[in-house]
Amino acid sequence: MSVEVAIPEGYVRAFAKPAALSDAKFTYCPGCHHGIITRLVAEVLDELGILERTVGIAPVGCAVFLDRFFHCDFVQAAHGRACAVATGIKRARPDLVVFTYQGDGDLAAIGTAETVHAANRGENITVIFVNNGIYGMTGGEMAPTTLPGQRTVTTPTGREPRLHGYPLKISEMLAQLDGPAYISRQAVFDYSHVVKAKRAVLKAFRNQLEGKGFSLVEILSTCPTNWRMSPTEAGRWVAERVTEVFPLGDLKDVG
Amino acid sequence: MSRVLMRGNEAIAEAAIRSGLKCYFCYPITPQGELVEYMARELPKRGGVFLQAESEVAAINMVYGAAAAGVRTMTSSSSPGISLKQEGISYIAMARLPCVIVNMMRGGPGLGNIAPAQGDYFQATKGGGHGDYRLIVLAPSTVPEATELVRLAFDLADKYRVPAMILADGMIGQMMEPVKLPEPVDSADIPPRPWALTGARGRPKNVISSFDLEPEGLRRMNLVLQETYREIERAEVRWEEMETEDAELIVVAYGTMGRIVKTVVRLARAEGLKVGLLRPITLWPFPYGAIRRLAERTRAVFTVELSAGQMWEDVRLAVEGRAETPFYGELGGVVPSPNRILEEVKKYVG
Amino acid sequence: MPKGIVVVDKERCKGCGLCVEACPFKVLDFSSEYNSSGYQVTYMAHPEKCTGCAVCANVCPDVALEVYREERSVKGAT
Repeated sequence: MSVEVAIPEGYVRAFAKPAALSDAKFTYCPGCHHGIITRLVAEVLDELGILERTVGIAPVGCAVFLDRFFHCDFVQAAHGRACAVATGIKRARPDLVVFTYQGDGDLAAIGTAETVHAANRGENITVIFVNNGIYGMTGGEMAPTTLPGQRTVTTPTGREPRLHGYPLKISEMLAQLDGPAYISRQAVFDYSHVVKAKRAVLKAFRNQLEGKGFSLVEILSTCPTNWRMSPTEAGRWVAERVTEVFPLGDLKDVG
Repeated sequence: MSRVLMRGNEAIAEAAIRSGLKCYFCYPITPQGELVEYMARELPKRGGVFLQAESEVAAINMVYGAAAAGVRTMTSSSSPGISLKQEGISYIAMARLPCVIVNMMRGGPGLGNIAPAQGDYFQATKGGGHGDYRLIVLAPSTVPEATELVRLAFDLADKYRVPAMILADGMIGQMMEPVKLPEPVDSADIPPRPWALTGARGRPKNVISSFDLEPEGLRRMNLVLQETYREIERAEVRWEEMETEDAELIVVAYGTMGRIVKTVVRLARAEGLKVGLLRPITLWPFPYGAIRRLAERTRAVFTVELSAGQMWEDVRLAVEGRAETPFYGELGGVVPSPNRILEEVKKYVG
Repeated sequence: MPKGIVVVDKERCKGCGLCVEACPFKVLDFSSEYNSSGYQVTYMAHPEKCTGCAVCANVCPDVALEVYREERSVKGAT
């Protein structure tokens, strides 16, 4: 921490920045749930003691700077190609723990093929899928996961399914495949959901350690900046509206 | 080691395996199918990874991953597939990852056909994807030479951390010739890769990336590439000359055409015509200097290729007005006979 | 003495207010202080109410909060 505060005798630390994280400040906008999700991954790497054999794959999008935040090896992939890059790394060095961290534009639009086929092959990797229903980095365009009626800069009057299609339920799609071991959708809009989401992320990494194969945790996230909402309103929008279209829970679990 | 009769595509595959190839990723396309099949059959038996990807795009990004993980890796394809790989190749170039890409060129543009063509010269030698980068481009004209150049491609890629391409066509891929296969590489001879992603144990983390949002930072990354390219241009230009000492006309041709032009030179010499051949083996770096020197003492430097005149541009840059620079090209997979080329040559010599 | 203490890394805090909203005991609030990035940082407005539950830190998107808990209450909890 950049502040030195004298903690009186008799207190123990109940929460601190995970050791897997560097001191670099997150580059996400204020209130964006990306930061919580990034931290959960770091906590899991710490708890499993796998930081020194983990390789992360940063996407194109708001998490493009991910390598700065972690102390583990990292590679930055082309837009949508993270699962293919992960496949290359994992096949070359199966002893490494390999995870991708991708947004909805990256994973569910331009990278749909790479995602579906990595899942279908049951690649023994972990995928953290951050779904905030919008292209954040490029300025708030419609994503495949944008809700019907939702306004974005490319759907200024709201997403019209007849013209723009419906929200793509990629986790439901992947759950139909024989390849994946674990597909789960979580959210982090309040404490109890943060705890559940972390449990899912932990499982997704543990599955890889146990050789169970492809595990993906979709985490519903916010984009207060491009949704033009306060962080609190954005969290409420996820809880009340987004979860209607994207219900939470495990969609596939081979156990 | 005795020689064995092998198809070009298979000889390339075997040479790659003997060069320490660990991971091969592909997508089916003609005319390089035998290469894929050979890898599927042989590579897993020899401790490597064979994976048929869902697309050319995925295959090259798997190469990106395997190269980042620090193993010798390769993909192969043919013209339209190589077009799809360009985004990934650009990333690989900027991330300074060694790998080998085989392009068995076919007739284009578009779907074209599967006959021999050399229309991908610009794409291969001028970057191909976005940004300022180069590939080391090696153009074999025979199957034995292809096997040698595969080893060289892996070695140069490692030495300079620049992706290397074998640029050939279906003629070389599918003909059978006796080849002397290289001895399997000793893994101790493969240079160490301290930058590779192997897990940050006992060292600071390694990061492989192709971007820097700060213009100064990105400029520095680019300058490293450019310095490397200048070094390659100084040290790695390769070409073959045939009957150039007294030649009044030099034909410049590469790959399949380079081979055919050897017959043209013999036919011309039999008729008393002073014709020679310069065959670039590295298309990048291009033998500008060698061509320039020959241009100073010949009447014409004649470019022959299976394209509308792509290498011709580099030949003209090399000659810079020192000699005439006629051109003869065929398109669409049509391969001209030696006599047809000789007819063209005779317009400028004798 | 309160059961818990929240230490705010003022330079990491972006003043999003998710911790203020999440704290079950309304311990946290925006301070009048701005950090070097211009964000109005959070602080313990009512330190005496803090139980050290760390709900605030769990929902903080910037890992800006460190939480300490009285040793006795930790033991009591287990």
